[in-house]
Amino acid sequence: MLELDAESLYDELRQGVRSLLADGSRPDAALVGIWSGGAWLAERLQRDLGLPGSPGVISSTLHRDDFNARGLAAGTDATALPFAIEGRHIVLVDDVLYTGRTIRAVVNELFDFGRPASVTLAVLVDRGGRELPIAAAYAAARIALPAGQRLRLAHAADGGFSFAVTTGS
Amino acid sequence: MLMRRNPQLNAHGELIHLLSIEGLPQAVLTQILDTAGTFLSVNDRDVKKVPLLRGKSVFNLFFENSTRTRTTFEIAAKRLSADVINLDIARSSTAKGESLLDTIANLSAMHADMFIVRHAESGAPYLIAQHVAPHVHVINAGDGRHAHPTQGLLDMYTIRHYKRDFTQLTVAIVGDIVHSRVARSDIHGLTTLGVPEIRAVGPKTLVPGDLAGMGVRVCHDMAEGIRGADVIIMLRLQNERMGGALLPSAGEFYKSYGLTPEKLALARPDAIVMHPGPINRGVEIDSAVADGAHSVILPQVTFGIAVRMAVMSTIAGNQA
Repeated sequence: MLELDAESLYDELRQGVRSLLADGSRPDAALVGIWSGGAWLAERLQRDLGLPGSPGVISSTLHRDDFNARGLAAGTDATALPFAIEGRHIVLVDDVLYTGRTIRAVVNELFDFGRPASVTLAVLVDRGGRELPIAAAYAAARIALPAGQRLRLAHAADGGFSFAVTTGS
Repeated sequence: MLMRRNPQLNAHGELIHLLSIEGLPQAVLTQILDTAGTFLSVNDRDVKKVPLLRGKSVFNLFFENSTRTRTTFEIAAKRLSADVINLDIARSSTAKGESLLDTIANLSAMHADMFIVRHAESGAPYLIAQHVAPHVHVINAGDGRHAHPTQGLLDMYTIRHYKRDFTQLTVAIVGDIVHSRVARSDIHGLTTLGVPEIRAVGPKTLVPGDLAGMGVRVCHDMAEGIRGADVIIMLRLQNERMGGALLPSAGEFYKSYGLTPEKLALARPDAIVMHPGPINRGVEIDSAVADGAHSVILPQVTFGIAVRMAVMSTIAGNQA
């Protein structure tokens, strides 16, 4: 059975994002978390890295490519970007990178708000299985998970993170 | 035995047509209102358009005139990236004697994905929904005196926007209720969402007695009807639907039931005043009220576009 310690992976993600923000190529970069797991991570990163203001939250709902088959996702939060996107360096944060389809959708969503200077992706876990030419600039862990398994980040009331692996869709 | 299912829902209980608010579960209504909130924020973007209905064709079939409702449906469909076709149906095929179902069959052959239907006959959208292919969706944009579900939903959205919680509210619906499909849709929506007190206010000739059976308190006295109300929904006096002597005169009606600042003072200090439009100033509502601080009549129009986007994208994403 796969054991992933989400809290220690978060520590590594924090170091990874700190390096992305400090390497000089993305001055004044803003964090944008992908709803919902990525948004939790971005909120905690914003605080732990001492960044001013709030991170953005972005939802893939309005640009999903499986809308015709699955319809609108119920209960998702709307995109909320408390800063201008035009000309800004954006670091997208998500919990799990899998097919890449969510990333494609949120990049489209992001561009509805303006033309960012650059978009960089940082994730907690890259689980393989990509179906699009998309890669993370930073992943705290890279693992191979069979297609039938699902990896979900859970968020406890005290703010702590844990991973759940489930079988089936 | 054949199970009789609500024709608006598929086997999973998901909305595939919107024909009436009556009989829809609270969860379905709440989901549409939540989704509308997402679409309202699309107005704040550089690109005020999302691709959910890209490649789909939406046909506006207005057998009865309505510039405003047709326009808001058109804007909503275009913001979802659909192709919109407006048919001046009253003056074309129907006038040449084509039956309703033949018209629908022809438009379906043009690869319609969604019909927005307004018709003077109650039930026409149901008839269409029963005869379209499984991938085609139907929205009732007002049928006779029966229902106007998207107006009802945008009214629910407006109330939730300003009042947050439905379960403590007193809502007064005032005016020509007998002819009003808006009133019927509002009453079903308010009931399903848990509003404890709904009042139907107007003269005996315009407020039918059977409303009491819908869980509504009938008030023929205006002061009694709006006292302590959180929400006042004024209805238009529908001259075009009024055959016979239901009212002595518009002036008489205004004296008794027109919403003036003096009468509005009987409602709660934070009451909101709504109206589905078009308003008749000096007939059912005073200009000072229509343009005043309590009026949310223009926000209703803005919310209406987001609510119609929510309805279209919800039903388009569900399979029959």
